[in-house]
Amino acid sequence: MSTLRIGIDVGGTNTDAVVVDGPGTVVASTKAATTPDPFDGITSALEQVIAGVDVRRITRAMLGTTHPANAIIQRRELGRVGVIRLAAPSSLAVRPGAAWPKELHETVIGPSAIVGGGFEYDGTEIAPLDVEAVAKFAAQCAGQVSAIAVSSPFAPASNEHELRAAELLAAELGPDFPVSLSHQVGSLGLLERENATILNAALLGVARRVVNGFHSALTGHGIEVDSYLTQNDGTLMTANEAVRFPILTVGSGPTNSMRGACALAGLSDALVIDVGGTSADVGILVDGFPRESSAAVEVGGVRTNFRMPDLISIGLGGGTTVQGSGPDVQVGPASVGYRVVSDALVRGGSTLTLSDISVRAGRLHGFGDPALVSGTDEATVDAALAWTDQQIQIMSERMKASRAAMPLIAVGGGSHLVPDTVPGVSEVIRPANHAVANAFGAAIAEASGAVDRVYRYEPRGRESCVEDAVRLATEAAVRAGAHAKRVRITSVVEVPLSYLPGKACRVQVKAAGPLGA
Amino acid sequence: MRLLTVDDIDELTLGATLLGTGGGGDPYIARLMARQAIEDHGPVTVVDAAELPPDGRVLTVAVIGAPTVILEKVPAGAEFVGAVTALSSFIGEKPVAIMPIEVGGMNTLIPLAVAAELGLPIVDADSMRRAFPQLEMTVFTLAGVPAGPMSMADEKGNVVVFSTTTNQVSEKLARGTAIMLGLANAISCYPLTAGQIIEHGIRGSMTYCTELGKRLAAVQRGEAGAYDEFLSFAQARKYFSGKIVDLDRHTTDGFAKGTVMIEHFDDPGRTMRVEIQNEFLIAFDGDRPVITSPDLVCLLDHENAQPITTEMLAYGQRVDVIGLPCAPEWHREGFLDIVGPQAFGYDVDYVPLGGGQP
Repeated sequence: MSTLRIGIDVGGTNTDAVVVDGPGTVVASTKAATTPDPFDGITSALEQVIAGVDVRRITRAMLGTTHPANAIIQRRELGRVGVIRLAAPSSLAVRPGAAWPKELHETVIGPSAIVGGGFEYDGTEIAPLDVEAVAKFAAQCAGQVSAIAVSSPFAPASNEHELRAAELLAAELGPDFPVSLSHQVGSLGLLERENATILNAALLGVARRVVNGFHSALTGHGIEVDSYLTQNDGTLMTANEAVRFPILTVGSGPTNSMRGACALAGLSDALVIDVGGTSADVGILVDGFPRESSAAVEVGGVRTNFRMPDLISIGLGGGTTVQGSGPDVQVGPASVGYRVVSDALVRGGSTLTLSDISVRAGRLHGFGDPALVSGTDEATVDAALAWTDQQIQIMSERMKASRAAMPLIAVGGGSHLVPDTVPGVSEVIRPANHAVANAFGAAIAEASGAVDRVYRYEPRGRESCVEDAVRLATEAAVRAGAHAKRVRITSVVEVPLSYLPGKACRVQVKAAGPLGA
Repeated sequence: MRLLTVDDIDELTLGATLLGTGGGGDPYIARLMARQAIEDHGPVTVVDAAELPPDGRVLTVAVIGAPTVILEKVPAGAEFVGAVTALSSFIGEKPVAIMPIEVGGMNTLIPLAVAAELGLPIVDADSMRRAFPQLEMTVFTLAGVPAGPMSMADEKGNVVVFSTTTNQVSEKLARGTAIMLGLANAISCYPLTAGQIIEHGIRGSMTYCTELGKRLAAVQRGEAGAYDEFLSFAQARKYFSGKIVDLDRHTTDGFAKGTVMIEHFDDPGRTMRVEIQNEFLIAFDGDRPVITSPDLVCLLDHENAQPITTEMLAYGQRVDVIGLPCAPEWHREGFLDIVGPQAFGYDVDYVPLGGGQP
């Protein structure tokens, strides 16, 4: 009897759940509305999806949630954070929290200090750690904040001061007082890493509630299993890790959707188009992971150094309005959005939408009465279709990194608009169960490890440095729960750095693999 | 004379990112420094060199080091004041104003923070009006103005002053010192009088940078006609729109060198090659050089018109390649010897922008 996994994805509108078996077949799926308290939605989705499933076969449960992201965006449930940077005399020209939105700053940032400490690029100390200043800061924070964020220059390479500061804070405030250390949260870029660490510390309370809620929903249904949350890059962290590093989950939504769509289609390299009521997003998966955007990502108006999937969006969806007639037709960008079910001509409404055009063209069946759109002339239909097909072709072309044709996976409520053939696309695939692609993406997610550090290629040589990074990433993936024999390297990025001696290069390596037994 | 406030900083930053031509250091941190200094010390007065006494001493200030190190070891502020103070006491004259040496990249904004802290005006001029990788690559070198005496300082209080014989030696000493002092240092060099700036400098470059940023911001907001207005203001031209299909990068002698290949959106048979040495230096349409240093090769994100730095380059990125003529002050005898394609080791002749149909 094979084992089963549960995947749940809490989105802005819907909470999806799936039960998946070992080979990755969907055994059961459901879609419920996201509720004001997300746990009502999770509980009801869980209840529906496990009806008829032998819960004893379930061994793992994965959750993807927008809960921490929404907490930041809506500035609610956030803890107050003490911020200490171990860097003086460097970095005094930019205080912690610089360029934060005012109200978020006021909500989150409590006492802050820049004290002696930190490291140079070559691993020597900028200054010895100012032990007294750390103790004094701890005393100042007592009773004022719910957590403390610690950052320090070059901590990803030299973390000694951050670790020592954590010991000092624990000595003053107790061993259980929550402390977030920057080298465990972010990569290179002190201010962005510090921002991410502060946000992480502010989310610790939310994270605990999410994980406890998830656990009680599971145990309430007799499911006592290992539980995981999905991260921004589409891989998993254990629920225990998620309680400590909630910031790493804030961008998991689009990633789960794209990975889920690809896996449902049985592919690891493909374009994905998600067509909704108002807009369409196109992304690309390479070796099973979304290509990441090169731009710095803001979370709730705060700059961080996380990477998110590279997506292009345009106003093309099932509810997109079609105005004018004949060859001069104007499609969008206005849309009736989710009201397409009542406003479209075929549903008895009075707005000509792309869904009506799709019905006329025979791309969409079983959505309203085709007779209601019969009055629209042929030239209008042709022009609107031509526009739609051209937009989809342009978006696909732009997303591809080479001229070679690739498959295009079409998902989302408006995916009927995607034609069966697109130039430059080898095949258009419409996977079954695509409505629950997000939850499926969570259910099939793997464990991962990453390394991001600066190496000097002289004198030890490039290969030895890259091998070192690969080894560290692999070990991190195994520590995160990946099956030691099935870990693979999913990305290696080398960026040469100017003006640094010894052929310095920033090396970023990611490794991932399915969960071990 | 005008006041530069916190509100003006964003446009200046965007212009500085563009004039960085892919390098010059991400101005983001410098922007935060300028904001904090103006918040703490009040707005900065921007003056034309002609508004200063002709023999008044103007000191430049800049950050020198490695952009990646500066992302981790953010400046203290004190190192810049230290460098200016040291040079001022060495030459025995108090500065009447501060000036950027490089309007392009992060060094556009650092002098603002220093001017705010010292309570001095900032001169609306510089010596490059773009980013260049070495400190002798200035219109002052063209005019025979020495870079020395010059000073360098770190955030811990270490200060060094050099008397130098040539600007090339100044560059070598500065680079070597930076490696020993942690690769995120302050430098003050080219101690000129206001009269010398009028004679040899690139005047109005801060204003030019702000105006450029203002117009690019309008493009980013999607305003009708903004792209044409931006190009026309800069006397620039869009040479190519396409997708990055190949990227090769390596470091040689401390310089991040590389090549990026871009395939045209409309004609996949057409490619543009851009050569990188810290900055984007030369663009070839097929085999033909169309934009060459010291004219500016700028890459903009095709979707949102954000200037792209060399470190952000990625396969599949969709970009516009823009050619911007360099400041006219560069067009003096001997300029190709210090900043032309051959000065960077390319066997390519300079192609003046606007001259001949590319």
